[in-house]
Amino acid sequence: MSDTMETQKAAPKTRMAKLWDSDFAWSFRHSPVAVIASLIVVILVLAAIFAPLIAPYNPFDPATLNLMNGFTPPGTPNAFTQETFLLGTDDQGRDVFSTILYGLRISLFVGASAVLLALIIGVVLGLIAAYFGGWVETLIMRIADVQLTFPAILVAMLIFGIAKGITPPEYRNEMAIYVLIIAIALSDWVQFARVVRGAALVEKNKEYVQAARLIGRGSFPIMFRHILPNVLSPVLVIATISLALAIIAEATLSFLGVGAPPTQPSLGTLIRIGQGFLFSGEWWILFFPACTLLALALAVNLLGDWLRDALNPKLR
Amino acid sequence: MFAYIVRRMFQSVIVLLVVGLVAFSMFRFVGDPIDNMLGQERTQADIDRLRTELGLDQPFVLQYAKFLKGAAQGNFGVSYRQGRPVSTILLERAPATLELAFVSGFLAITMGIALGVFTAIRRQGMAANVIMTVSLIGVSLPTFLIGILLIYIFSVELDLLPSFGRGETVMIGKWSTGFLTTSGLKALILPAITLGLYQMTLIMRLVRSEMLEVLRADYVRFARARGLSDRVINFRHALKNTLVPVITITGLQLGSIIAFAIITETVFQWPGVGLLFINAIQFVDIPVMAAYLMLISVMFVTINLVVDLLYYAIDPRLRVDARAT
Repeated sequence: MSDTMETQKAAPKTRMAKLWDSDFAWSFRHSPVAVIASLIVVILVLAAIFAPLIAPYNPFDPATLNLMNGFTPPGTPNAFTQETFLLGTDDQGRDVFSTILYGLRISLFVGASAVLLALIIGVVLGLIAAYFGGWVETLIMRIADVQLTFPAILVAMLIFGIAKGITPPEYRNEMAIYVLIIAIALSDWVQFARVVRGAALVEKNKEYVQAARLIGRGSFPIMFRHILPNVLSPVLVIATISLALAIIAEATLSFLGVGAPPTQPSLGTLIRIGQGFLFSGEWWILFFPACTLLALALAVNLLGDWLRDALNPKLR
Repeated sequence: MFAYIVRRMFQSVIVLLVVGLVAFSMFRFVGDPIDNMLGQERTQADIDRLRTELGLDQPFVLQYAKFLKGAAQGNFGVSYRQGRPVSTILLERAPATLELAFVSGFLAITMGIALGVFTAIRRQGMAANVIMTVSLIGVSLPTFLIGILLIYIFSVELDLLPSFGRGETVMIGKWSTGFLTTSGLKALILPAITLGLYQMTLIMRLVRSEMLEVLRADYVRFARARGLSDRVINFRHALKNTLVPVITITGLQLGSIIAFAIITETVFQWPGVGLLFINAIQFVDIPVMAAYLMLISVMFVTINLVVDLLYYAIDPRLRVDARAT
């Protein structure tokens, strides 16, 4: 009887409340940096998701563009049309605020997809390497070692270049975004593979894995249902830090002209376009996209740093 | 020791062979070289003739061997875009990149070590805290934004330094140098800072954390008890022992400088190898891409090898381990 009472009493303590009471949430609430950083990330992600609703103009609909609006400084009415733009317009009269929102969308999409793909490749290969060992492990880890001797950005550039050569010219612009995702993912999987392999090597010899093997579960269920959940927390940390790196890598590639095309500009492409107007005094075309990129990269970075400390039991 | 060197060298050769295979596959499978070389009005006879001439009808392994032989002799074919031998173009561009990399590497190492030691010794000081905070921002800022920021401050607003190109250069034999003219030196400043800043902050933070660790060690405390001066303790005893990891990381960063030079060279339109590579990607100029890939991997593999061997030579503990196993 008292048992049921107890459960009823405990019932209002939902999963959310439990999460709120955990060490993890406690360290989050007591770190102003983490709170502010995650707030910035949430705002930027929401802005990117709802870009078509928030943006006052659709910058890629030629019908709404008016060349007379070109080079309008932020906040002041245009000399010809008397229209005002929050962050000004670029040379073609596109609203900079709207292009940033759409650019943010592409930057975040490419960054997140690339990290997700890298995570999947890395986790699968890392688990396989740790679980099977032998020549499979040697092969996978050797490839990882070789790739690690080259900077990731160089690997991404090279993959982008090769992919560009393979795709027929008429599809190059449309495919660019996906090629970019694959290029960044393939340059980044090694981190995940190494960490997962390291953690899985320890887990592999624990009793629960032996027990699972003893009752006759197959290799793959053991790897993905039993070992994987136990090696996920370092993966989470690396994923967050990787996200910041992937966003910067994407921006860098696009800035160099080997990434998102001008028809689908990401933040990097916008900065590349804006750089051309640095000397003629139209600073806002460059300044606002650069600030957005910086805020995004910095916030994700800080969040990753905090996560690393919060999930590290040694620092508790 | 000897066995270790041989094993490491063997690994390096395998890496180079694999990279060579990638470069060769680019030649062979990315776009048809025949398509690239013959115009619209070609006959089947032309195609067949060129195919035999280029050796494309031979077995894959034989072609690969031929490619490696050519690459070893510095022969990478003709650039699709410029119509000149790739090796000639690379040689023209190399001095610009090497001078830039040398200056920024020098800057990063000297400033990085000096600032690292400073921030470690004056850990509580105001200046050290400011430097550490600024360095955190420096690490998070993408290289190209640092470059643009510097251009904005020093070229647009202050109009002190040029924002693009190398300035005037002087030819010494086949080497075009910007070190000997005022405009060449002025043009070097902004790109060198842009390129070196990231490595500098990295080295600085590394030296600082290593230094802090060493300063806590017993032998340093003992040195203090003996009454040695701070300068002798900090530089003779502490700094020396922080240098092992610093040398490793610095060596590996040397390769990154060349890679990041691509970004810096694009921002400043610096006529080096990196800018050439970016243009090659944009225009799918396969021979240039392949040659750059080979060149840079030879460099990376050599640097890694040298760092490993140096590490082995510097740290006596490794030698004991190797003998034990």
